[in-house]
Amino acid sequence: MEWDWSKVGDFMPAFRDGVLVTLQALLLGSLIAFGLGLVWALAQRSELKAVRWPVTVFTEFVRNTPLLVQLFFLYYVLPEWGVTFSALTTGVIGLGLHYSTYTAEVYRAGIDGVPRGQWEAAKALSLPRTRTWGAVILPQAIRRVVPALGNYVVAMLKDSPMIATIGVLEMLGEARQFGSQTFVMTEPITIVGIAFILIAYPASLLMRALERRLVR
Amino acid sequence: MSELTWGLWQLLLSGAWVTVQLTVYSAALGAVVAFGIGIARTHRLWIVRFLSGLYMEIFRGTSALVLMFWLFFVLPVAFGWQLLPLWAAVLALGLSYGAYGSEVVRGAVAAVSPAQREAGVALSFTPAQQLRKIIIPQAWPEMIPPFNNLLIELLKGTALVSIMGVGDIAFGASLIRNATGQSAPVYTIILLMYFVLAFVLTRGMRVVERHAKAGIGQAPPDSGSGLLGKLSLRRQTAVTGDATSAGGI
Repeated sequence: MEWDWSKVGDFMPAFRDGVLVTLQALLLGSLIAFGLGLVWALAQRSELKAVRWPVTVFTEFVRNTPLLVQLFFLYYVLPEWGVTFSALTTGVIGLGLHYSTYTAEVYRAGIDGVPRGQWEAAKALSLPRTRTWGAVILPQAIRRVVPALGNYVVAMLKDSPMIATIGVLEMLGEARQFGSQTFVMTEPITIVGIAFILIAYPASLLMRALERRLVR
Repeated sequence: MSELTWGLWQLLLSGAWVTVQLTVYSAALGAVVAFGIGIARTHRLWIVRFLSGLYMEIFRGTSALVLMFWLFFVLPVAFGWQLLPLWAAVLALGLSYGAYGSEVVRGAVAAVSPAQREAGVALSFTPAQQLRKIIIPQAWPEMIPPFNNLLIELLKGTALVSIMGVGDIAFGASLIRNATGQSAPVYTIILLMYFVLAFVLTRGMRVVERHAKAGIGQAPPDSGSGLLGKLSLRRQTAVTGDATSAGGI
């Protein structure tokens, strides 16, 4: 195996750009996943069948079909319907939407885990619905699920190279581009692989630490 | 929809066959890795525990897509080994999902009551016998629901191979998109195809679980009521469970 450190140096500027795009996609994707997931979780508890059913069917469908195909769907089909986003925006929406169906389950489990006495106490104090949710249930539910949500951020990080396939120049996209320009593949791909481990491993350690502190 | 001729449908169906093959082979390799690494993580020698833990962290830490790229583009250049695309894909998927599965195996083995192991010691079973005759049969039913989730993740992961030019469903779809110039019908169809495959896998795993539970005298699980219960492909998992092992391709 030949390893050329000068190629590593050549790749570094592109790599830095790629890391920034990856982190950007990850941050925005997480925000969508956290927000939308809560919407799904609340909608699935709705008393209206007309709300509960479509949301359940939709989230099950999105969760059990490949993100890659969903990205292609968003990237190629939406423009046919007259909606055009940039590749990065499409990628962020795809990641966020896909993972929102996972976080919805996490929120649901967290809400189910709030002791019944809390609901009864809120009722006894005759708190209105919004206060019951906003001040009593959700703060307790979300505190318990922070580590699980964090784990999905790590999972999303590892899925983020998929957005390179629709032309976003994140880490893997930059490595591919560098490879096609210089015919050097070994160094860039290996560096990207190691970079994922270097980001994901401390992040998963952090989640374990959070879990010990928050979930008791 | 009228644009899809029989020839194009054949493309999708042969793609579905490749996807099924990929799923089966990768799942087989993944199961071997999962049991090997998962059991090695409970070994009494620290070096075995350390090495298996290292494997798990490395393959769980990296992205399956990057691993696949590495096997496709780096391995041939750096080491002179050119794998057939299908086998490189199976290797990448099996090795990384095996790492996720090893956590499932380790957790289920650790959850077997220590008294069972002690009973094995008292009967002077060798460690291998304890594992084979006492621990694994009792841990196995616990592994099936998380394995089901992983299997669906694996099925979804097989779509990655289309980037490498392996002719699976997603690859067929990209050919059809180029041929017909329309994206909406074909991508809707293949999303439905993946969903049906995932549904069939889940039903199959429920049957396996019922048999496994009956084998150690437990009642079959209550699989939710009504159509919505059937539709929900994943069993509810505890919040504190290691969610990393569920997500991530």
